[in-house]
Amino acid sequence: MSDEETAVETGESGTSSTNQLAKKDRMKVPRQKMPEQLPEVRVTNFKEVPFGFDEELALKEAMRCLECPKAPCIKGCPVEVDIPGFIRLILDKDYAAAARKIKETNSLPAVCGRVCPQEEQCEIACVLHKKFTPVAIGHLERFVADYERENNLVQLPTKKPPTGRRVAVVGAGPAGLTVAGDLILLGHDVTIFEALHKPGGVLVYGIPEFRLPKAIVKSECDYLADLGVKFQNSTVIGKMDTIDELFEMGFDSVFIGTGAGLPNFMGIPGENLIGIYSANEYLTRANLMRGFDEGNFDTPIIRGRNVAVLGGGNTAMDAVRIARRLGADNAYIVYRRSEAEMPARKEEIHHALEEGVQFHMLTAPINFIGDEQNRVKAMECITMDLGEPDASGRRRPVPKEGSNFIMEIDLVVVAIGNGSNPLIPRTTPGLETNRWQNIVVNQETMQTSRKGVYAGGDIVTGGATVILAAGAGKKAARAMHKYMMEEVQK
Amino acid sequence: MPKVVDNRELGPMIWKMRVEVPRLVAKAKAGQFVILRVNEEGERVPMSIAGLDREHGLLTIIYQVVGKTSALMTTVQAGQELADCVGPLGIASHTDNWGTACVVGGGIGIAPVYPIAQAFKEAGNKVVTIIGARTKNLLFYEEEHMAVADEFYPCTDDGSHGHHGFVSDVLKKLLDNGAPIKHIMAIGPVPMMKVVANLTKPYGVSTWVSLNPLMIDGTGMCGGCRVKIGEETKFACVDGPDFDGHLVDFGLLTSRLTAYREQERKSMKRLLEDPNCRLTKSVQAFAYPDEK
Ligand SMILES: Cc1cc2nc3c(=O)[nH]c(=O)nc-3n(C[C@H](O)[C@H](O)[C@H](O)COP(=O)(O)OP(=O)(O)OC[C@H]3O[C@@H](n4cnc5c(N)ncnc54)[C@H](O)[C@@H]3O)c2cc1C
Ligand SMILES: Cc1cc2nc3c(=O)[nH]c(=O)nc-3n(C[C@H](O)[C@H](O)[C@H](O)COP(=O)(O)OP(=O)(O)OC[C@H]3O[C@@H](n4cnc5c(N)ncnc54)[C@H](O)[C@@H]3O)c2cc1C
Ligand code: SF4
Ligand code: SF4
Ligand code: FES
Repeated sequence: MSDEETAVETGESGTSSTNQLAKKDRMKVPRQKMPEQLPEVRVTNFKEVPFGFDEELALKEAMRCLECPKAPCIKGCPVEVDIPGFIRLILDKDYAAAARKIKETNSLPAVCGRVCPQEEQCEIACVLHKKFTPVAIGHLERFVADYERENNLVQLPTKKPPTGRRVAVVGAGPAGLTVAGDLILLGHDVTIFEALHKPGGVLVYGIPEFRLPKAIVKSECDYLADLGVKFQNSTVIGKMDTIDELFEMGFDSVFIGTGAGLPNFMGIPGENLIGIYSANEYLTRANLMRGFDEGNFDTPIIRGRNVAVLGGGNTAMDAVRIARRLGADNAYIVYRRSEAEMPARKEEIHHALEEGVQFHMLTAPINFIGDEQNRVKAMECITMDLGEPDASGRRRPVPKEGSNFIMEIDLVVVAIGNGSNPLIPRTTPGLETNRWQNIVVNQETMQTSRKGVYAGGDIVTGGATVILAAGAGKKAARAMHKYMMEEVQK
Repeated sequence: MPKVVDNRELGPMIWKMRVEVPRLVAKAKAGQFVILRVNEEGERVPMSIAGLDREHGLLTIIYQVVGKTSALMTTVQAGQELADCVGPLGIASHTDNWGTACVVGGGIGIAPVYPIAQAFKEAGNKVVTIIGARTKNLLFYEEEHMAVADEFYPCTDDGSHGHHGFVSDVLKKLLDNGAPIKHIMAIGPVPMMKVVANLTKPYGVSTWVSLNPLMIDGTGMCGGCRVKIGEETKFACVDGPDFDGHLVDFGLLTSRLTAYREQERKSMKRLLEDPNCRLTKSVQAFAYPDEK
C-alpha cells in the first residue's frame, strides 16, 4: 500500500485541532499559487519576481499536507529537512519554530526555499505528486524563513563552551557558510577567508537579485557574524596564505569550499571579441557589482539589443533574463540540444518564456563575427539533429550538413559551465584532485587526502546545487568536529 | 579596512598613494598587483605594486588619473580607509641572474618597474634602467631608480629632460652597441610595450611585458581579462600579468581596453559636474586626450 492510501485510510484520526480538514478533503484543496510580478512589469526592474506567501496562503497550503507517517518527501531532500514537522508548526502558527525546525538540517532556508530545484527533490517525492500536485514545500520553507527574519524572531542559539580549536573556512559560498555556522555553535573559533569583497559565493555574484535578493544573503552572513564567525573578505587563499600557512598560523582544521569558478569557453574563432562575456563575468558585473544600477554604481556592463546566451542551465536562464531587464529587444537562448534536455529548472524556463525570451533549440555557434572595432556583430550557427543517447543518457546532437546561418547579435554570454579553479590544488602539496581538478574526498567525512583538510560543494562535485553544497558542509562540519576533539590536543 | 597613510600629487594627473596592508605587503613580490575599491559603489580597479615597505607594512601605488575611479582615488585623505584592497594577485616577475638585465618603464610604467629592478639587483644582475615620459614633469621616481640602477637612462619625448626621444630609441642604441642585456622587462602604455617587443625580437633578447586588460575579480573566475599569447587564450590575472612580449597579441589588448569607452566617459562627466565632488583644481582640469 502506498503512503498516500495509508494516509487516506487513517485520515480522520490524524485530524488535529489546527488542521480542520479531513485528509481526503486536504487533497482537494488546490496547490496555492504564489503571487508574482507580471512579466511586462518585471522585465523593467530587478526586484524579486515572486512576492511570497502571506500567512493566509501559507496556512491554506500547509493544510494540504497529509502529514504522512513515512513522509517520502524527506527522502527527496538532500539534507532530509523534517518537512511534515515544520509544516505542522506552520499549522500551529508557530512560524519561528517552523524555521528553527528546518534549520536543524538546513541552515539556509530563505535561500533554499527560493532556489532549490524542489520539483526534482522534495516535491517530486511528495505523495500528492502522483495524483494531484505536490505540497509547495519550497514556498512554505521560504515563508517561514522570511517570517522569522522580517519579524526579527531569529534567535541566536547558545554556543557550546569554547573548545580552543581554530577552524579556517576557505570560500564563503553555501558550503563554507554552513560549515562555519555548525562549527561555531560547537564552540570552535571560526574564520572565513573569502576572495571577493562580499561573502555569499554564487549567492551574491551569480544568482540575480530578482531570484534571490542580496539582502537575504547579507542577513544570513550577519547572523553568522553575530554568532562570532570572523569574516576575512578580500583574501585569496593560495595567494595571500597557502593552506599549509593556515596551519602554521594556528588553525587546527581547514575546510575548502571554493566552488566551481573557472569559466569554460567554446574555443571557436572570434571568442575574444568585445561583447562576448563568460556567464560569470556578465553575472558578476550585474549582481555583485550592480552594474544594472548605472549612475549609482560604477561598474559598466554592456547592454545589448540582440543578445544570445549560449547554454541551457540555470546560469543561462539567469543571464538571459538579466539581458531582457537591461533592455534587450531580442534575448535568445541558443542551446545545442532540445528543450527536454535543458538542465535549467522548469520554473525558470517558464519565467524566461513569459518574459519574452526566444529559444533557439538544436543550434550551436561555430564562429563569431566582429565589426571594425572588434565588437561582436553576428554569429554563424549550425543546427543539429538528435542522434543516439550519449554517456549522459541524453541524445547526442549531430550537426546538420549545410544548415549554417547567421544570427545578428551584439552581445553573447557563454553559459556552458565552469571548471574548478586550480589555485588551491596548485599551492597545496599532497592535495589529491581528479582529472577535472575537483578535490577528491571521502564521501562520508569530506576529508581530503590531507589530514585535517576537508572540502565540499562545487569544488568537489563540479557545478551542482546550493542544497548539495550546504549538505556537504554539514557532513564536513561533523567530521571536522570529531577530528579536532579527538586528534588535536590542546 | 585598509588605511591610506598618504596620497599626493607627483605630477600632472600622476599620484602616489601609500596604503597600510601589512599582511599583503609581507607576501607581495615585484610584478604582482592588487585590486582595490574606493567605496561601496565603486569599481574594482587593478593597480601594480610600485613599492613595498615591509617594515611598516606599507604598499605604494602610483596611479594616473584616467577616469572616474582614479579621479576618486585622489580624494582619499591620509588617515581615511579604502573599501577594500585584495592581493597580492598574479604571478611575480621572473627574476634570475642573467648577468645583465634591463627594465624599461614608460609613463605610469616607471613605477612598477622599480620594485622589479630591485628584485633583478637582488638576484645578482647588473641592472640597466630606461625610463621615459612625454615631458619632464611627467617623469618621476628618478632618484629611486638611480639608487638601484647600474646604468640609468631617463628620457623625454620632447627632450625637456634626459635623452631626447623614446625609451625604445635608447634601448636600440644599447643593443646595437652590443650591451650584454639578456632579459628585458618592459612596462608602460600598450603601444610602447609593443614597440619594445618588436624592437628586441630580431636581437633575440628575451622581453617580457606586464599586461593590463580590464579585470574584475582577479582570481580567474570571470575571464574578462583574457589575452592572446601565441595561439593560446590566457587569463592575465592568474596566468600573468607578465607574458613573453614576443607572443602577445597587442592589437586585441588595445581593442578590448575600449570596451566601455562611452560608459566610462559618462561616468567621469557625472563626477566632474557633481557639485559635491572634492577633486583638487588640478584633477578638475582633466580632459581626455582626444577632447583637449
Ligand atoms: C548563475 C547560477 C545560478 C544558479 N542557480 C541555482 C539554483 O537556482 N538552485 C541551486 O540549487 N543552485 C544553483 N546554482 C548552483 C549553486 O549556486 C552552486 O552549486 C553553489 O553555490 C555551490 O556552493 P559552494 O559553496 O560550493 O561554492 P560557491 O557558491 O561557488 O562559493 C565559493 C566561494 O569561494 C570563494 N573562493 C574561491 N576561491 C577562493 C580562494 N582561493 N580563496 C578564498 N576564497 C575563494 C569564491 O569567491 C566564492 O565566494 C546556480 C549557479 C549559478 C552560477
Ligand atoms: C594588472 C594591472 C595593473 C595596473 N597597474 C596600474 C598602475 O600601477 N597605475 C595605474 O595608474 N593604472 C594601472 N592599471 C590600470 C588601471 O587599473 C586603470 O587605469 C583603472 O582601472 C582606470 O579606472 P578609471 O575608472 O579611473 O578609468 P576608466 O574610466 O575606467 O578608464 C579610462 C581609460 O583607462 C583605460 N583603462 C580602464 N581600465 C584599464 C585597465 N585595467 N588597464 C589599462 N587601462 C585601463 C580605459 O581603456 C579607458 O580608456 C593597471 C591595470 C592592470 C590590469
Ligand atoms: S532544502 Fe530544498 S529540497 Fe530540502 S526541503 Fe527545502 S526546498 Fe526541499
Ligand atoms: S509534503 Fe507530501 S509527502 Fe511530505 S508529508 Fe506532506 S503530503 Fe506527505
Ligand atoms: S579578472 Fe576575472 S578572470 Fe581575470
